[in-house]
Amino acid sequence: MKARVTVTLKNGVLDPQGKAIEGALGSLGFAGVASVRQGKVFDIEVAETDAGKAKAELEAMAAKLLANTVIENYRVEIVG
Amino acid sequence: MKSAVVVFPGSNRERDMVAALEKVGGHRPAVVWHGDHDLPKVDLIVIPGGFSYGDYLRSGAIAAREPIMDAIRREAERGVAVLGVCNGFQILCEAGLLPGVLMRNAGLKFICKEVKLRVETTDSAFTARYDKGAVIRSPVAHGDGNYRADDETLARLKGEDRIAFRYVGNPNGSIDDIAGILSEKRNVLGMMPHPENLIEPLNGGLDGRPLFESLLAA
Repeated sequence: MKARVTVTLKNGVLDPQGKAIEGALGSLGFAGVASVRQGKVFDIEVAETDAGKAKAELEAMAAKLLANTVIENYRVEIVG
Repeated sequence: MKSAVVVFPGSNRERDMVAALEKVGGHRPAVVWHGDHDLPKVDLIVIPGGFSYGDYLRSGAIAAREPIMDAIRREAERGVAVLGVCNGFQILCEAGLLPGVLMRNAGLKFICKEVKLRVETTDSAFTARYDKGAVIRSPVAHGDGNYRADDETLARLKGEDRIAFRYVGNPNGSIDDIAGILSEKRNVLGMMPHPENLIEPLNGGLDGRPLFESLLAA
């Protein structure tokens, strides 16, 4: 079973990398960029075939390692 | 003082730490490899600087979940002193032995220079030999030294006198100029600057030495 875990910074957490990317987009001439927040995407394949169980397992992975929940949120999607 | 220095793949400041502990403490520390499950009985455990696991995922994140960290957590709970410098501080935060997190420097650049620190508390086994409020010199070398904690955690750190060092001239954007913090029981210290690199005249200064002398006297 394939899944995608998306990790994003919580609102209010300073994102220096996002700010730098925002600046670079501006200097490339993209004038309409209001803000950029950088995150991470993990594509994970697991042996589990039950979607519910797989999701629970991936939630645990995200909470234990993939995200630092002090500053980051995560979202798990089963993609097939 | 018996001590152990824990080495992960990608640690690179362990030799400086071993030299400092040996020169100030008189005993050569045990060097413990990350795959070990047990620690020798020591008075001090040090996690040195470097780039454990290439800073993959987040600085310190992979090292923080290694089996040796369970042993370090057990020793810390027993009251053994644990010092994490630079990547060691990042690992201690990722492992939950210290609150908060170290993010990318606000200016995005890797900073390798000497900074000034103010000793904010002398109420710990690490800082007893300093004078409270003293401004000391210390080298820093990090890309992810921007300390962050939520308001509640920050209020607790302040209220419980757990901020050990603050930058005088914040180089990395750390909240409240924080350079080093103590655990609730005050026996775990994490700090971004490198006190082990200013312990003898050849280093150009002795400002890091009282930290090791404090531990020796504790």
